[in-house]
Amino acid sequence: MMVAVVALTRTRNLFAVVVLFGLYSFLTATVMVALDAVDVAMTEAAVGAGISTVLLLGALHLCNSEEEKPAHKPWLPLLVTIGTGLVLVYGTWDLPPFSDPEAPIHTHVAPRYLEQGPRETGVPNVVTAVLASYRGFDTLGETMVVFTAGIGVIALLRRRRYVRRGKQ
Amino acid sequence: MILRVIGKLLIPFILLFALYVQLHGDYGPGGGFQAGAIIAAAMVLYAMIYGLSTARRVFPDWLVESMIAGGVLLYLAVGLAGLYVGGNFLDYFVLDADPVTGQHRGIFWIELGVAITVCGVLLKIFYLFTQRGQDQ
Repeated sequence: MMVAVVALTRTRNLFAVVVLFGLYSFLTATVMVALDAVDVAMTEAAVGAGISTVLLLGALHLCNSEEEKPAHKPWLPLLVTIGTGLVLVYGTWDLPPFSDPEAPIHTHVAPRYLEQGPRETGVPNVVTAVLASYRGFDTLGETMVVFTAGIGVIALLRRRRYVRRGKQ
Repeated sequence: MILRVIGKLLIPFILLFALYVQLHGDYGPGGGFQAGAIIAAAMVLYAMIYGLSTARRVFPDWLVESMIAGGVLLYLAVGLAGLYVGGNFLDYFVLDADPVTGQHRGIFWIELGVAITVCGVLLKIFYLFTQRGQDQ
């Protein structure tokens, strides 16, 4: 993954960048599988590596496939990025260690979902039970977000055609 | 030619896998979002092999656009059905005499709603992007 990221930042050929993005998505998906989050891995592989690669290629078809030389020196963004990274690392110091069973997230509602979930909902896959049933309202919100994003893209990309039609 | 034959072989299995992910989401990994994305990916593959106009005959614009809204409305309808039968909003326990069957029923319909919206949005974005290239 590190190699893919370094190559991403170095290359100026946008076609290579798109392909590397797809590669990076697949690598992320394998990390998700290693973390036992198969649902997320599936989404990452289908959306990240599959569809967004196609969309980026479609966008590439509309514009130049070579990236221009940057107009500014990268020092200020670099400083901001490193600063933010350091703050985030500082933030992780207070987090409980990875896979600590006593961490607050594992003692709050998670045990109830794991113990009662399969019995109450009859759904063996706890992820689905939590997503669709206990957190049904959140999932409704997520669907709304997808819906709104779709409407937004339609509103942005469609407008031009109407303008052109108006001119004729 | 090779692409067309392989595509013909591959796309039914992708769609079948999407249905499996959709309907088996209760038992294995998967669910509406993943299934919708996989169906959209199959359609994108179809459009790339057979051309955008052929794909648009299979999934016309009006259908894709009504899918975007239809999925959300289906989801909301399940929530309102819970209200109608006498429970809370998005309460599945009341959807059937047996609470566990009610849960299954509610989850099935909302996952279907999610799949429809996700598939519609992804396909619509794909159509808009590719059609822009053809107009110019």
